[in-house]
Amino acid sequence: MPLAKRIIPCLDVDAGRVVKGVKFVDIRDAGDPVEIARRYDAEGADELTFLDITASHEQRDTMVHVVEQVAGEVFIPLTVGGGIRELSDIRRMLNAGADKVAINTAAVSNPEFVRAAAERFGSQCIVVAIDAKQVDDGAQSGQPRWEIFTHGGRKPTGLDAIEWARKMADYGAGEILLTSMDRDGTRNGFDLALTRVVSDAVDVPVIASGGVGKLDDLADGVIAGGADAVLAASIFHFGEYSIAEAKRTLAARAIEVRL
Amino acid sequence: MSTIAIIDYGMGNLHSIAKAVERVAGNTRVRISADPATILAADRVVFPGVGGIGHTMQELARTGLGDVAREVAGSKPMLCICVGMQALFERSEENGGTPCLGLIGGAVRRFAEGMSGADGQALKVPHMGWNQVRQQEHPLWEGIAQDSRFYFVHSYYTQPADSALVVGRADYGGVFCCALARENLFAVQFHPEKSQHAGLALLGNFSRWDGG
Repeated sequence: MPLAKRIIPCLDVDAGRVVKGVKFVDIRDAGDPVEIARRYDAEGADELTFLDITASHEQRDTMVHVVEQVAGEVFIPLTVGGGIRELSDIRRMLNAGADKVAINTAAVSNPEFVRAAAERFGSQCIVVAIDAKQVDDGAQSGQPRWEIFTHGGRKPTGLDAIEWARKMADYGAGEILLTSMDRDGTRNGFDLALTRVVSDAVDVPVIASGGVGKLDDLADGVIAGGADAVLAASIFHFGEYSIAEAKRTLAARAIEVRL
Repeated sequence: MSTIAIIDYGMGNLHSIAKAVERVAGNTRVRISADPATILAADRVVFPGVGGIGHTMQELARTGLGDVAREVAGSKPMLCICVGMQALFERSEENGGTPCLGLIGGAVRRFAEGMSGADGQALKVPHMGWNQVRQQEHPLWEGIAQDSRFYFVHSYYTQPADSALVVGRADYGGVFCCALARENLFAVQFHPEKSQHAGLALLGNFSRWDGG
């Protein structure tokens, strides 16, 4: 009776609306977050992740209301990321009904923040989101290398993705949300080599993200990438595929899922 | 109108549990409360918990709500969730060894490092996600299919001294106790408030349970 691999639809929320950027630029409106959350829940989503991409600080309250509404109706785990910089941001999201928060930029600028957050709220609710880009394909060096980027993939940090993932797990992250910036929005599938090295490097669960274009990509993330959970946005938002179809695809490839 | 109190000792968000119980409990008032009188006056009590056991036990001692939980455990239908379940035991390995409430004989242990599953893949800790629960006969499982999946997120698990108390088992690098029952007490390691249909069914059963 093994643990099921999780399918996590991701909702990028801008000022209270679900959108999905392709390569973080061309943003299409996909609808009302509460309505979409309800649909995913009914289709069998194992968790939901909301990424707040709202630029202005004032509109962040909108996200709190979205989380409150969703948590009152949908009884599966909810993760909220985007703009989590202070312990008070975490408290606010947890009080609104989130189960976990995803910390990205704030972890890079101050790793101790992750430690403090895990100590205060418990590792079970601290997800560290890592945006990684390949900087060496290993063709010459024999050693592919990925680096951490922040600010939506625009700002390099010089940090090695594998070392960073290990450090974050040591600091108390309960889970790693790993996004390939090379693949995000391309629909060419996950960066499986990246997913595999990070998944093998840390003891905590790894969520693969970035690049899903078809259902078999999800299965590949689990089988070849070694991911504990797979996250996708656009393939679910526009009704191309349902979560139920995704689960059937995984099950057909002998992956344990919650049906 | 009956009342369900959720004990609020300052650990984590209780909103989700309250909402889930409200969704399934007919004719029931749900109160999130830190007030001993309110908790002791309720018909049923939920004893939740998230985070570390060290801080949990500190807060239970500081607020006096540990004693309230003890009293409830001896008197009315009580549902303990996650760290709320672990707190019932004598001691936990977490936070360098932590004495707990001692209401159930046994200890709380950490999942071993380097475990692997049947497919040879490494098993991550925390045990996070939807796992199957093998049920033993108990009224709170009513209407929930055998081996239904519930949502877990934990690095420590309970080991009751008396295996007759175990009413639910899950497998993660080995079989462990994920639900136990003793008279009016029912405790689960998973989160029913996050376990969709199966979890809501369990909470609904609890809202009608007379503790027998």
